[in-house]
Amino acid sequence: MDFASRRLADVVIAAPAGRIDHSSAEDFKTRLAPILEHCTEGSDRVVLDFSGVEYISSVGLRVLMLAAKQVKAQKGMIVIAGMQPVVKEIFDISRFNYVFAAFPGVRAAVGDLSTQALALLEAG
Amino acid sequence: MKRVRLWGTRGSVPVALTAAQVRAKLEAVLRGARGRNLDSDAAIKAYVDALEFHQAGTYGGHSSCVEIETGGTDYVLCDLGSGARPFAQAAMARHGPGKPQTYHVFMSHLHWDHIMGLPFFTPVYIPGNRVIIHGCHARLKEAFVRQQAEPSFPVDFTVIEKQVEFVTLEVGRRYEIAGLAVTAKKQMHAGDSYGYRFEAGGKAVVYSTDSEHKLEDPEETRGFVEFFRDADLVIFDAMYSLADAISVKADWGHSSNVVGVELCQLAGVGHLCMYHHEPAFDDAAITRVLADTRRFEEITRGERPLMVSAAYDGMEIAL
Repeated sequence: MDFASRRLADVVIAAPAGRIDHSSAEDFKTRLAPILEHCTEGSDRVVLDFSGVEYISSVGLRVLMLAAKQVKAQKGMIVIAGMQPVVKEIFDISRFNYVFAAFPGVRAAVGDLSTQALALLEAG
Repeated sequence: MKRVRLWGTRGSVPVALTAAQVRAKLEAVLRGARGRNLDSDAAIKAYVDALEFHQAGTYGGHSSCVEIETGGTDYVLCDLGSGARPFAQAAMARHGPGKPQTYHVFMSHLHWDHIMGLPFFTPVYIPGNRVIIHGCHARLKEAFVRQQAEPSFPVDFTVIEKQVEFVTLEVGRRYEIAGLAVTAKKQMHAGDSYGYRFEAGGKAVVYSTDSEHKLEDPEETRGFVEFFRDADLVIFDAMYSLADAISVKADWGHSSNVVGVELCQLAGVGHLCMYHHEPAFDDAAITRVLADTRRFEEITRGERPLMVSAAYDGMEIAL
């Protein structure tokens, strides 16, 4: 699994890529941790850009559940964007569609979270 | 082992179809029949045969009880939920009251929904029958004695005690019982539960209900994969969605369809039978979970397909 992140104003876009399964879930959790730390009320909002994720297993979904719980406790905002059709199906079957707000792409997600970040995104 | 019969498949508490649910099924089926020529019995049968299971039937509502037909003379059951009553009726009808039988029972745990069938298990009231209750809990006997004590039941356990024996099993030890090799495994559930792996004649069946999988510890996952390894059939607690099982219903002691598929795929299992259905689910909801689970298996399939079914009361699975 690869992992990249970038900041646009008050939005952090975290982009894992590849498979998130038993062999990579712990790495995903570790990479996500410092980003989640600042995902609090009035501070960073987080977009999980899943366009590069090919597959996520239950162990990977557990990492997302822990992230959702942490962010909720911190009164922050985290959404998911750009899921590939298979990953979206796994999300729906696992009922994670009730846990995360999902957007078709990063632009729509950023636009929902921050006008300032959207302006930076569209400025390139 | 020849086949498995599922007499009780509902989780936590027995349920029954309501009059409103039966009426809704009838109305849906009759709406679907509009414009069809159903003048003959054969046409009606063909129409009903083409309906989905939840439209023409029901998953049932008895709590846990599974029969393993060994091909031998003794009966083998897993758990004594309310499904033990219709099992007992069928066994009595087969043999009549005058021919003593031996019933081996393997207890997953001692919660009400898994023990409530014994007071209604007709053979236990007939001298000469042997009901041998195997389990790993130290308080195995106490649970059954207590549920028949005043003021909970009018017939005290002393009335049936001559017909009942209790055998405590050790986890991980391989026993030969009723022609089967039986091994128990400890599972995560309030007060502990135990899964059982049964092997005979080159076939393996695993009964694993009321078992939560936390997904935190790879070693725990490996342990279950080995327990399920190459089984022909795994009867698996798939009570909740994955999201519920690891959030609002974490520590409730149950698992999900998604984890069931993953463990069975890792273990090379032939058939996953989803069991211990959520009592709040109606028939249509269980059918939706089954369709979702089959799709999940398809998405995640490796070299070998995994058959996926949803247990229903009265289901028979040939081995």
